[in-house]
Amino acid sequence: MRKNFLIFFIVTISLIFILRLFSLQILNPDFEKLSQNNAVLTISEYPERGLIFDRNKKLIVGNEPTFDLLMVPENVDAFDTILLTKILKVEKKIIVENIYKANKFSKRLPSIIISQIPKSQYAIFQEHLWKFNGFFIQKKTNRKYEIPIASNILGYISEVNSNDLKNDSYYKTGELIGRQGIEKAYEKLLRGIKGKKFLQKDRFNRIIGPFNNGVFDINRQKAENLILTIDSDLQLYGQKLMKNKRGGIVAIEPKSGEVLALITSPSYNPNLLVGKNRSINYKMLLTDSISKPLFDRGLQALYPPGSPFKLVNALIGLQEKVITKNTEFKCNKGHFYAKGSFMECLCGVNSRKKLHNAIYKSCNTYFAKTFTKIISDSGKTKQNLNNWKKHVESFGLGNYLGYDLPIGKKGFIPNSNYYDKIYDNQNWNSSTIISNSIGQGEILTTPIQLANLATIIANRGYYYKPHFLKSKKLIDSQYNKKIMTSIDSLNYEIIIEGMKDVVEKGTAKIAKINNIEICGKTGTAENFTLIDNKKTQLTDHSIFISFAPKDNPKIAVAVFIENGYWGSRWAAPIGSLAIEKYLNKDVRRKWLESRIINGSLENEYMKVLSGKKFNINE
Amino acid sequence: MSKKIFLFDWLTFSVYFILSLFGILNIYSSTFSESEEFFNFSSPAFRQFLFMLLSIFVGVLIINFNSNFFQQFSTSIYIFSIILLLGLFIFGETIRASTSWYNFFGINFQPTDFAKLATSLAVAKFMSEIERNIKKNKDLLKLVVLISIPSILIIFQNDLGSSIVFTSFFFVLFREGLSYSYFIAILLILSLSIMSLVLPTILLFLIILFVILFLYSLSKRNNKKTKLLPYILTLSACITFILSVSYIFNNVFEQRHRDRINIFLGKEYDSKGIGYNLNQSIIAIGSGGLNGKGFLKGTQTKGDFVPEQHTDYIFSTIGEEWGFWGCFSLIILYTILILRIIFRSENHKNKFCRIFSYSISSILAVHFMINIGMSLGLFPTIGIPLPLISYGGSSFIAFSCMIFIYLNLDLNRLN
Repeated sequence: MRKNFLIFFIVTISLIFILRLFSLQILNPDFEKLSQNNAVLTISEYPERGLIFDRNKKLIVGNEPTFDLLMVPENVDAFDTILLTKILKVEKKIIVENIYKANKFSKRLPSIIISQIPKSQYAIFQEHLWKFNGFFIQKKTNRKYEIPIASNILGYISEVNSNDLKNDSYYKTGELIGRQGIEKAYEKLLRGIKGKKFLQKDRFNRIIGPFNNGVFDINRQKAENLILTIDSDLQLYGQKLMKNKRGGIVAIEPKSGEVLALITSPSYNPNLLVGKNRSINYKMLLTDSISKPLFDRGLQALYPPGSPFKLVNALIGLQEKVITKNTEFKCNKGHFYAKGSFMECLCGVNSRKKLHNAIYKSCNTYFAKTFTKIISDSGKTKQNLNNWKKHVESFGLGNYLGYDLPIGKKGFIPNSNYYDKIYDNQNWNSSTIISNSIGQGEILTTPIQLANLATIIANRGYYYKPHFLKSKKLIDSQYNKKIMTSIDSLNYEIIIEGMKDVVEKGTAKIAKINNIEICGKTGTAENFTLIDNKKTQLTDHSIFISFAPKDNPKIAVAVFIENGYWGSRWAAPIGSLAIEKYLNKDVRRKWLESRIINGSLENEYMKVLSGKKFNINE
Repeated sequence: MSKKIFLFDWLTFSVYFILSLFGILNIYSSTFSESEEFFNFSSPAFRQFLFMLLSIFVGVLIINFNSNFFQQFSTSIYIFSIILLLGLFIFGETIRASTSWYNFFGINFQPTDFAKLATSLAVAKFMSEIERNIKKNKDLLKLVVLISIPSILIIFQNDLGSSIVFTSFFFVLFREGLSYSYFIAILLILSLSIMSLVLPTILLFLIILFVILFLYSLSKRNNKKTKLLPYILTLSACITFILSVSYIFNNVFEQRHRDRINIFLGKEYDSKGIGYNLNQSIIAIGSGGLNGKGFLKGTQTKGDFVPEQHTDYIFSTIGEEWGFWGCFSLIILYTILILRIIFRSENHKNKFCRIFSYSISSILAVHFMINIGMSLGLFPTIGIPLPLISYGGSSFIAFSCMIFIYLNLDLNRLN
């Protein structure tokens, strides 16, 4: 036994080894596949990213080839560095540094030595490529912006980060993904589906040809080209009008909900986020905390809606039958809405107004009294406020509108719970919250929501969710559904008549265009900011909503100009010029156009930053 | 002289020669690069080739020594090897975390493998002295000290793998009459160690309690006079042992050792980190199939997917390029080598010769078991070479010396 123990032991071990080898090498062919993974190189083939056109099929975003110079250190022979620096206009230091890094990374795998070589340099370099053993060129495409507009709508693309890789297994390191805007919202359509090519490597890691004659290869799937609802002429014109002003213009085609233009100012040139300097430029845009060029004021900025909101209150009053179009209220340069509380108005002493002239004169008293009737009639204040809110929300206010871009703000419409929390003992009533009647107070809206309000009025009571994609077969069906407001369509007529006279003889006479019947409503909204933690009032926002032509409307526009004072000073002319541009393709009122384009509100904006005391509403 | 040629153990020598050449071939393949010539001092295969030439030269000298030389000088050789091991603490170079190398003018030399040879000589010398009896506790203790000194020194050089090889002397002691109770105790300790790492402590306690109670009641039924005390002592000894194993595992072992053992025990799975070598090695061997991919054709080998492939993981190259038949032949050759040395040692009249030869085959057996077991994922990752095959000058020369000393003793058995 003692003599045989080691013999027995070693024979057992050998048998176990042979059995294990038998199971690994003969019974388990899966291991062969795994080994192939190491010996077979998988290469992704990308379809060209989809092009983006405007509604008139004008190309906005195209692609431009750029070239990367790569090398495999193992295959490199001595080469002429000076020639390389001369053709590619790169410093020798950078080349040497990158080659050193490549050597450290891997001798057998390719590394990028110079990236984003423009086409012109590539053409020259290609002739000399044979002199550089071990180097090769890889083609990439960059976005090219044919018309440098609408960076806020289009978004941009950049390399995937670790988060994207975690969330979506489709992406691999170094690939591109859409960020913001259309590029993000329609990423899947724009990117297509990448294909795969399997290549056989030899034992030196060199590619010797397709693996198994390419039978396993997967073809890439073509990306979709997108047609946007944007009118690039209008967008460009709007951007011009907004120069040196802050705010936004949103234009929508009422019959379809198609967004014709979405302008935010200040903005940036989309070409800044392409190519070599992308990350530097992006950082610069991101850290500009004064003009916030990456902030889309059209979608994200929350403003008090001001007087245009009077129209909503009038419609609710008509619907709830607390007023009719003949209801008259008295105004005495304003009125006392509670004991000792006076709301000013621009009407004269002892004027009596019906709804129609209350709208075009923008009479505060009339709408305050209407609001009071809506809220406190029959004594059920809370219930009435919540009912009011329901009506308001049917206009798409106080919630996301559901458009197809990835950013936005809800806005705010208060309800009874909100005021119960703010006021002790729930001690509030219609007069406490009277500012809401004229679009001040707690209500907050975004410009696109107000443009949608103009759309609703133009359509006499319905809207389609605003959207940016025009291609019929690609768009989500939710954008083809009519959404009705809670107001009967007949109630809109008197409002529209009032809006017509706003432009004819009311607060926005400056917006009048010969041969186009414009309906509009100006707004002048008080607003506040914090300076050194002190609530400080700033110059009023200038607001204008409008649509035209009155019958069969083709465009609805909302304009917000931060601290522009009267609605008629900036917003109304801008809205009117945009309508003229869109409907007539040409602007005749050159004097107005040049006044707006050359006008600047920078001084107004500098006041806040100056640190000195300043006057407002000058 | 002609008689000597006839008596010479040509079989062992041939296997030695074939294994060495096969090793060089595989080192060549796993470090192959088109830009490098074979006849180049920086090429591992060429260096190994030179080591082989040197070994055969030394081997011829060894075979012509007087057989008594080894017995007479074994103590000196042992002491010299201990001094070399101690010297490492002062002059040692650290390579791959182990401080077990001397650097002479750019040539690295590892005394560990020579310590195995020296210990074999010392053990054989000690046990062949007439008055020694392994059944006597005093002599057994002396033997254990003799074996422990080099192995503990090697542990302190952070080379746990090499020190484990010294357990091979267990086979020698057992062969020479170590009592069965030690044998059973060692088996028990081994199985308890593994179980205490795999099973939850409480469960293991319950199992042991159950087994001991069962044994107690069994013997109580047969013999009414059975005492309870020895069983209680055994129980408490087992529990103490289990607790100390988990203490040593958690507090004395380093994280890399824990990781390796956990991966082997299947408690962790990590194919990119610690388990990467093992996983790639199994993929390489598995992909070899029945006939292998052919010399210099292994894709895993060529892609450098298996680290340390020309040293500790050389078996994966063999598995990939030579397939099942190659591995099978290698295992058979190894088994022949080990068994041949065992059988020949049993024929020795001289106790020194027998014990030394037996030690050599035990050491080869343990290396064989651990290295190939590791490459096949049957054993925890312990970095020791596959004798005669893996790249490494000191190791190759040391194993060559062992085999040539065996050949010398075998040749001169009649003297």
